[in-house]
Amino acid sequence: MARHRNVRNRSYSDDYDYDDLYGHSVEDESCLSPSDTEQWMYDRSRNQQAISAFLDSQNDIQEEAEDEVYDASHPGLERRDSVGLRSLNLSEDEEARLMSCLDELRNVLGDSVPDNVLIQSVINHKFDFNKALDEILNNKQSKDCDRPKEEPVKPLPTVHIEAAKDLVSTTSKAPIVISTNLEPKAKGVVKGFKVSSSDGSSSSSQTPRDQSPIAERGSTPKPDDDTRIVKVKESKVDPKKQYTDERGSEKDHLYIVVIGHVDAGKSTLMGRILCDLGEVSQRTLHKYEQESKKIGKQSFMYAWVLDETGEERVRGITMDVGRAQFETKTKKVIILDAPGHADFIPNMITGAGQADVALLVVDATTGEFESGFELGGQTREHALLVRSLGVNQLAVAVNKLDTTNWSQERFNEITKKLKAFLKQAGFKDSDVTFVPCSGLTGENLIKPPSESELLKWYNGPCLLDVIDNFNVPERPVSKPLRMSINDVFKGTGSGFCVAGRIENGILNKGDKVLVCPTKEMAEVRGLSINDMSSNVAFAGDQVSVTLSGVDIQNVSVGYILSDPVQQVPVTTRFEARLVVFNVKVPITKGFPVLIHHQSLVESANIVKLKALLNKSTGELVKKKPRCLGNNSVAVVDIEVCRPICVERYKDVKELGRVMLRVSGVTIAAGLVTDIYNT
Amino acid sequence: MKLVHKNIEKDGCGSISLIPEESEDMWHAYNLIAEGDAVTASTVRKVQTESSTGSSTSNRVRTTLTIRVETIDFDTQACVLRLKGRNIVENQYVKMGAYHTLDLELNRKFILQKILWDSVALERVDMACDPAQNADVAAVVMQEGLAHICLITPSMTLVRSKIDMTIPRKRKGFTQQHEKGLNKFYDAVMQGILRHVEFSVVKCVIIASPGFVKDQFFEYMMQQAVKTDNKLLIDNKSKFLLVKASSGFKHSLKEVLQEPAVITKISDTKAASEVKLLESFYTMLQLEPAKAFYGKKHVEKANEAMAIEILMISDKLFRCQDVLKRKEYVTLVDSVRENGGDVRIFSSMHVSGEQLDQLTGIAAILRFPMPELEDSDAEDNSDVDSDSD
Repeated sequence: MARHRNVRNRSYSDDYDYDDLYGHSVEDESCLSPSDTEQWMYDRSRNQQAISAFLDSQNDIQEEAEDEVYDASHPGLERRDSVGLRSLNLSEDEEARLMSCLDELRNVLGDSVPDNVLIQSVINHKFDFNKALDEILNNKQSKDCDRPKEEPVKPLPTVHIEAAKDLVSTTSKAPIVISTNLEPKAKGVVKGFKVSSSDGSSSSSQTPRDQSPIAERGSTPKPDDDTRIVKVKESKVDPKKQYTDERGSEKDHLYIVVIGHVDAGKSTLMGRILCDLGEVSQRTLHKYEQESKKIGKQSFMYAWVLDETGEERVRGITMDVGRAQFETKTKKVIILDAPGHADFIPNMITGAGQADVALLVVDATTGEFESGFELGGQTREHALLVRSLGVNQLAVAVNKLDTTNWSQERFNEITKKLKAFLKQAGFKDSDVTFVPCSGLTGENLIKPPSESELLKWYNGPCLLDVIDNFNVPERPVSKPLRMSINDVFKGTGSGFCVAGRIENGILNKGDKVLVCPTKEMAEVRGLSINDMSSNVAFAGDQVSVTLSGVDIQNVSVGYILSDPVQQVPVTTRFEARLVVFNVKVPITKGFPVLIHHQSLVESANIVKLKALLNKSTGELVKKKPRCLGNNSVAVVDIEVCRPICVERYKDVKELGRVMLRVSGVTIAAGLVTDIYNT
Repeated sequence: MKLVHKNIEKDGCGSISLIPEESEDMWHAYNLIAEGDAVTASTVRKVQTESSTGSSTSNRVRTTLTIRVETIDFDTQACVLRLKGRNIVENQYVKMGAYHTLDLELNRKFILQKILWDSVALERVDMACDPAQNADVAAVVMQEGLAHICLITPSMTLVRSKIDMTIPRKRKGFTQQHEKGLNKFYDAVMQGILRHVEFSVVKCVIIASPGFVKDQFFEYMMQQAVKTDNKLLIDNKSKFLLVKASSGFKHSLKEVLQEPAVITKISDTKAASEVKLLESFYTMLQLEPAKAFYGKKHVEKANEAMAIEILMISDKLFRCQDVLKRKEYVTLVDSVRENGGDVRIFSSMHVSGEQLDQLTGIAAILRFPMPELEDSDAEDNSDVDSDSD
């Protein structure tokens, strides 16, 4: 199903593929030799001719299609793919009839005929299914006869199968079909052509830079191709269809983790945004103000919005990931407020593992930025961690800039230092945005700045706009279900709840799921997303699931809910490709480490050092090294004390990443390359 | 352990009689006794007697037996040593060659006969009989939802109890569930301490955790002690020592044992010094990789050059079944000593020893760099890997 992959993987995840090769910093990749470039990089100018050829023939089809379905009464219909029913001004009753007709038609025809054509003919025939089908098929036949020149473009092998399937359905379900023998062939031709055309145009729309070296799987498709792609999504892949049905109209969900050194003002910044956006009632805020004043920590009043436990408030630090949500113009943003304290990095990893993008908060106060950024500060470790956890879009909020009187110098100094570091960490310059702001005064958070000192030199977006501009990654909804559990608690009513993030696939109410690694079957009794109950949840969602059929004792944090058929691998030993960070002592065989995998923390041993690799090229430098020093890249075998669920990185990215920590310091990040059966 | 009698010939064969006094001595005995040794100890055996009329009666008799050891079985948690073998001295109840399993018991003498008492074995006897070395420390390493209650003796770290609980996270409006779970967890840890820590023996109780868990727990425990009027806890309040650890897993004990506050309290335990030594090995590996080596091949080569300053070797290697292999290791140890090097035998029951075991069980810090060893890596390491896997 090469075509599906084309569609599913468009735009976003391809960037991941390439950059996530650890050890490839941005600099590394930019100095390729010309021959390499030729081999791996797509050059738009080189292939111009080929593409123009494509475009030509594509136009051909397009025109024909337009001729065929042109109807003055419904202008604009023909260019649309998705069923824009609203624009048709139909009554509810008619709409329902139209939908049922469409469903029938699709059953018979598959996706070979665009929806708009279907709608048109259904309306023309006053919702008479048989007549409409007749018309469509007849039209097609005549059209196909007109186009013998299409024949040589041979369909792909997979297409044959599809075509054959269609043949069966056509003959069995619709006896009115006039000519069945010509049908599948002609269809196949059209399909085969579509594949190549979408391929060509999608790769042409890419810049050579973000092209994946492995395969030119389509990224952002051209607008006029979009039509076809969405259609495929709807009618072919069931989960995809469900996803678009459920979520098509809603705003995209974006999960953002807020990271930074302790006392950088993460919680305060977020609290302030929530307050300014009106997510916190005036009364609550007043209460917080009074109470915080009482214990002499008035500056913490906004932080209290997110720090809820008494412990956190008394100590004035975040200890566990706090969460809240707000909406921007185009997105529904769920923030995960990570603790900055070094002791709570395990919690921070849990939070970051669920996030799509990150917001790094740095304290601009003289001395504070330095202490957070220099060795031992969390700014570095957090940034490295989120990068290793797969976050590649980052906003940097240069906080507390009011204390330096909005000095541009200070802002530039911090920006310069961070830019160099973040580049080294593997963030692309284009994916990192710096915003000056102040959490306590609320400057430049949701509104453009009003401070004259800041206005003098800053005219960029405010923080909210930056968040709004993040790209939402593609959700792998059609893969088998994987959901990592990060919380287990007793809910109201029967059963108990687990909360976590769906990494892959969809979860419906009533589904049977397998709780791994214990491999117990459970049934999903209820689902709720952000405290709103729902019937279905998709990849990328944070859900709490009410389970029945298993005991609460047998489920713990770090377990995976998996599809019962396509199960998640359970193992105690796996091979990983490590990138070693700055370590005090080298890693040897038998090194005991704590392994962080999603929200799971487990003690593990590095049992074998297999190979030391070149940091930039990935070539083998030394087999079976004695030890791994600073900033090395290596292939190792890791053995875990208890069985855990991991996936190969190439299969499921989120479940293929591990962090290794020793005595409170992150020493390495790894990608699972192989899983041994134990 | 009490040494009662020692009779060793010039050629190294001979016998030693010992009386184990505490459970730790069983560990020493386990390390002393090898397959093929003869052990004499008092034991209980069920004996069947047949009368002249043909009716048989069976009764249990206490008798002293000498067996040739065939299998050694040691339960680390209960500190029980079982020796199985054939009887080699006939007596009225047991025939020659009959199998018997000896359970070594505390405060009962046993005689151990060896064909060869090597230096390592003799050293072990000395160490076991040294009365100065007993300072027991209890340590609780914990994090939210996970705790290990351990007992650290000079040559062993015993995990007495592991508490693993899922604590619900804090979530909007549900913070009480988190706090309830936390209290339940603290209560379990406290019960564990009361059950497993003998305050009369233990010198101090270390509570180690990341963040504020240790403080919260200590506070909770003392509150509960006052509430339930638990004299034991209140009286021993001064024995508790709160230190920082990075996690609640067992190997973070290593960090705990490196804390200066802990070192002053337990300076004479072997555990702390072993941790320190292993740490210095790793530092050397980082700074001067040509002066730190591990794996038998490398270490042997370094020894040939008389380069070894400190040899770290796990006692697991001396317990190996293969007599020849043991001999090799003993020669290595002897020759390092001869050359003026320091030999430390790590207890594989400590965290550091566990790590050394993983690291092929043998490692050395050299006096001078030997980069040529490093270069010959490729072929050597394959051997090292194969014999350790």
